[in-house]
Amino acid sequence: MEEVDVEPVVTNISGIRPGKRMGFAWGPGDILVYETQNKASGPTGSGCAFIHVVRKDEDIYSPILRKLFNESHHIFVGLQTIKDDLPSKSKKPQFVSISRNYRSVIRACMEELQQAAGELLTKYIHHVSILLAIELIWNLCEVLFIDAAPAGSLLLHLLDWVRLHKSDVDEKAKGVLQSDSPAEHRDYWDVVLSYVLQGRLEDTRKMLMKQAMLQPAAKSMYKLMDSLLSKMPFYNPGGTQTLTEFDVKWRNWHEEVDRYLKDNSFASNQHLEVICKILLGDEDVLLEHKELLSTWYYFLITRLLYCHPTVKPTELHYYAQSSMMMFLDSGVPEPLDSILLAAFEFDIHQVIKDCSIALNNWWFVAHLTDLLDHCKLLQSHNLHFGSNLREFLLLEYASGLFTHHSLWQCAVDYFDHCPEFGRVYLELQIERVPLDTERKALKVLRICEERQMSEQVRSICKIMAMRAVRNNRLGSALSWSIRAKDAAFATLISERFLQDYCAKGTFSDLDLIDNLGSTMLLSDRLTFLGKYREFHKLYGEKCFSDAAKLLLSLMTAKIAPQSFWMTLLTDALPLLEQKEVIFSAEQTYELMYCLEDWTFLFHSFNTNQTQLALARNLASAIVKEGTMQT
Amino acid sequence: MESAKYVSQKVSKARWRPVSSSFLQQPEIFATGSWDNEENKISIWSVGNYENSGLEDGFEGDPQLICENKHDGDVLGLQFLDQERIVTASSTGAVTIFRHHHNSQTISVSQQWVKAHHYPCDNAPCTAVVCSSPEIITVGEDGRIIVLRADQDCMAQVIENADSSTIHAVTYLRTTEILTVNSIGQIKLWDLRQQSNSASQILSLSGDRVPLYCIDRHPNQQHIVATGGQDGMLCMWDVRQGSMPSSLMEAHSAEMWEVHFHPTNPDHLFTCSEDGSLLHWETSSHSDMPSFLQGSRNSSVTSRSAMALAGGNQSLISAWLNGDSSKSRLETTHMLPSQTLSVNSLDVLGQCLVCGTDGEAIFINKQVPV
Repeated sequence: MEEVDVEPVVTNISGIRPGKRMGFAWGPGDILVYETQNKASGPTGSGCAFIHVVRKDEDIYSPILRKLFNESHHIFVGLQTIKDDLPSKSKKPQFVSISRNYRSVIRACMEELQQAAGELLTKYIHHVSILLAIELIWNLCEVLFIDAAPAGSLLLHLLDWVRLHKSDVDEKAKGVLQSDSPAEHRDYWDVVLSYVLQGRLEDTRKMLMKQAMLQPAAKSMYKLMDSLLSKMPFYNPGGTQTLTEFDVKWRNWHEEVDRYLKDNSFASNQHLEVICKILLGDEDVLLEHKELLSTWYYFLITRLLYCHPTVKPTELHYYAQSSMMMFLDSGVPEPLDSILLAAFEFDIHQVIKDCSIALNNWWFVAHLTDLLDHCKLLQSHNLHFGSNLREFLLLEYASGLFTHHSLWQCAVDYFDHCPEFGRVYLELQIERVPLDTERKALKVLRICEERQMSEQVRSICKIMAMRAVRNNRLGSALSWSIRAKDAAFATLISERFLQDYCAKGTFSDLDLIDNLGSTMLLSDRLTFLGKYREFHKLYGEKCFSDAAKLLLSLMTAKIAPQSFWMTLLTDALPLLEQKEVIFSAEQTYELMYCLEDWTFLFHSFNTNQTQLALARNLASAIVKEGTMQT
Repeated sequence: MESAKYVSQKVSKARWRPVSSSFLQQPEIFATGSWDNEENKISIWSVGNYENSGLEDGFEGDPQLICENKHDGDVLGLQFLDQERIVTASSTGAVTIFRHHHNSQTISVSQQWVKAHHYPCDNAPCTAVVCSSPEIITVGEDGRIIVLRADQDCMAQVIENADSSTIHAVTYLRTTEILTVNSIGQIKLWDLRQQSNSASQILSLSGDRVPLYCIDRHPNQQHIVATGGQDGMLCMWDVRQGSMPSSLMEAHSAEMWEVHFHPTNPDHLFTCSEDGSLLHWETSSHSDMPSFLQGSRNSSVTSRSAMALAGGNQSLISAWLNGDSSKSRLETTHMLPSQTLSVNSLDVLGQCLVCGTDGEAIFINKQVPV
């Protein structure tokens, strides 16, 4: 048994009086909790009349976050359909673009939350910060794991990563530039330094030019700084220069800057000197500007940029650990920090584990793990309960979705792509979707039929058919039993019709019975019903011989229910008593046989009249048939 | 170009607000109804063409929500009664008229028939609504057809037990005649002037009784009707001729939820389905030579079409009734970029198409090639 990683969070149930005992029951995504006196027997006194539903995940009920779930579902389904036969190298750009899609969905959601935050400030700020963190982590995972850039490009991607998440620089810069005298703005040097820290040297040069114009005396110094900034080499992955060549060039530049610092070229201007030191990667100076850096990973990237731009992926974790320790003097990392550190250490499983604990919703880990799995980055080790990590997370996420009154439809696709247990989960969950309208039942049925879940189809159709029968909608009930190919239920419905006929003497719902068509064959009773109605129609149209033939076949085919035999015989009487002979001799014999067969069942049945009619008919038939031969 | 807007609710119905008769005006306002939410809503959106500069051509701005109102139960039917009023059919059996107040941009309930459709001891969902102001016709799972009039609380006409199974859709054939489709695959024609409880005519497909879910009438040739049902087949019927469909076309791989002829350009037809696709059908309007010039030898031409030339008076036979045969060209295009969850509803007006899906997205295309 694993130990608990973090202390469990305590939730107070406001409705339960303090000091009272609680009873509970697990649900699919929540717990039902109630106050209990916990007495085995004896008088109990007044209890609390409420049951409380405690939900762990309330994110799925947020209208803005819902868009996240829907859009990512779309991307997820698209990802699963990428063919497996291509070599993974050519699929990398596809995976990167999918990762970017996910991230843009997160960003869109975040922006919308931020816009809405005006009215519901406190409620959404929490979500915004979580989404920010999620996007940060995802972006880093994309850079390190999916894109997996080698040394050289790695730093460039990391620089982009930091720049993307530190956008307050641009806001400050805007404020400075829009002022009357930018170079004298109080934030001016902050902006310049921030640009340098982010490696945005072009922007730095432009800003410095404004200062240079104000200080013509120090012109040469500014010119020198400008030339140093312009000469800093950046690795070009698409170019012809190899990494070693770049390294050499960079070292040369580094030495040049060092030389200028050492011979005090910038001594008279404190700011420029600081810039120079930063360019040399002086850690103490960097640490002096903690507020501008604001996070240890920003510090890390800057450090790498100016000390070791050709850092290899495998070397990252040394620098990451040391950067974190240097930056955080309090020493206690937050969950986000340890997750990022785990990422820099290329410990994917630790990242996933920490994220699972820190977030209350499986969305992030499920999708990220799925993507990483597609990139073949996860070693498949089986968990104790039989499926692999990706499947486990997807199942947890989808199960959580299924508890939502609306998002359950998205969850179905997730279950589809869990090869081992997805089907079982789906079978259990889909039966519990409440079916208020026919339309919803039809959609659920379509889901079941597409996956050949015949058990579930039968059970859903039966529920709907029973409901229809209870409301006396026999046509609906019949259409449900046809869908499920449920002969037993069709029999039940036919019985109802026949009972109605016996009670009222006419058929109800003629539009249904008259137009049964081939569905008649679903059940014997149904066939009987259809044919019996046909008999009545033929009789009504005075096609007596056809009617007689039909009636006879109904009796001999033995599909009539016992309760109807008497009725059938009674129906034969008017045909026997017609002036014209309708039943042939052969047919009359059969009728007599039937009567004999059935008489012993109906002891009180007065057969005299029928026997007489049959005998008379037989006589006439024999005469008629005898006559025809001449 | 379609743009998808995610709206955090599964969209069961989407309808354009009718535009005034000025020919060139494109619709700008549409209404949607949601379903399967704890709190369902009816919402009104606008796709006005503001901020034209800077946008690439074809890509329109997102629809903006103008106003919305709570709706009790799933919105199973939605129609604009006029420029201000919308009628909805609810899964609780209620029929509601909402009024959109243009000045305050709000929407409120104007009139409601709460238990219009019901079972003896329970609610019955009202499945569809169609209107021709001020008359409103609704049908439901209880097999009733109800005729209402806006601004009158009592029900003008109720046909009890019109059908033994659920009536899924209704459409006007003529001003006093309607067509309904049900779960046992029948189209029934009702004449509202005769206060009778049985249909004037019943049409159905022989063989399997596949439930039908949608029906639409050709805007100009009123005898031509299209239906779609559980098997995703598009059927074309001629209501004057017998009780069999004129042509059957394989359209979708799952239930077809809505079928619409384009109101002004009826050579175009649109269908949407549970399988997540929206198809645009286009038929060539007429065969190369007008059929009345082809002479009598063409009477027994195609196997599918049961049409006979009626004495030469009849003008060109609609290509719809010929279906997929060699006599007419039929082109189908998918209108949505990729597979989505079920497309529940669509509406087309002018060159604009709007549809709503179970993926909680609305797609709008303002340059439909018609």
